[in-house]
Amino acid sequence: MTVRRHAGGVRALAAALAATLVAGCATLAPPKPWEKGELAKPSMQFDYNANSQRYTEHVYDSKEKAGGGVGVGGGGCGCN
Amino acid sequence: MNMSRTLVFVVIAAVWLAFGAPAVAATAGAAAPAFTLDDAAGKPVSLAALRGKVVVVDFWASWCGPCRQAFPWMNALQQKYAGKGLVIVAVNVDKKRSDADRFLAQVPAQFTTVFDPDGKTPAAFDVRGMPTTYLVDGSGKIVLVEEGFREETRDAMEARIRALLGT
Repeated sequence: MTVRRHAGGVRALAAALAATLVAGCATLAPPKPWEKGELAKPSMQFDYNANSQRYTEHVYDSKEKAGGGVGVGGGGCGCN
Repeated sequence: MNMSRTLVFVVIAAVWLAFGAPAVAATAGAAAPAFTLDDAAGKPVSLAALRGKVVVVDFWASWCGPCRQAFPWMNALQQKYAGKGLVIVAVNVDKKRSDADRFLAQVPAQFTTVFDPDGKTPAAFDVRGMPTTYLVDGSGKIVLVEEGFREETRDAMEARIRALLGT
């Protein structure tokens, strides 16, 4: 009986631990619609600086031209 | 109950508690959640005190583009129907009051504007998007919910307002 009771204690402990772990997810809840002020800032956008974005794209496009770059189709080998 | 069943039960219960039973959404037909918030002058505005009037409750923020478009429309509503018993209460949800004030300097509001930086009121209404506009009748019941501001639907809102006012 002692052994069984001990097992129950471990079980309860494991359950409590699991509950605590899962409850921790609550802090990861996405922001509510009215809490998106920070996300709406221009600086939070991927292409905040249009010039810089265009430059990065141009470099990427040139480097990856053989594979099609950012457009469709590739160059040269006729394999695309 | 064996171990795995206990665990599954606990995990489900924890998830349910963590993410919460969804609050009863303020949908058409439900009673509008009560609120008392201060206006720009610091004077408290209570929805309960507006019982008997047709109330438009609009949730807006300075960073919300469609809210900016909605303001001239709400000004027009105010001019047309304020004398007939319509009250417009625009609830600002900006965390920083200065952001709201800057917006109001650019887009002046001729209707009541109240401030809820803690976001308790939009939580009570379970606002799903910005802006969301609730049309509340004289008995304090929500009759129409409009998410977002669209040209196609604003006439329907005005028609409902006119029907409620009996004009």
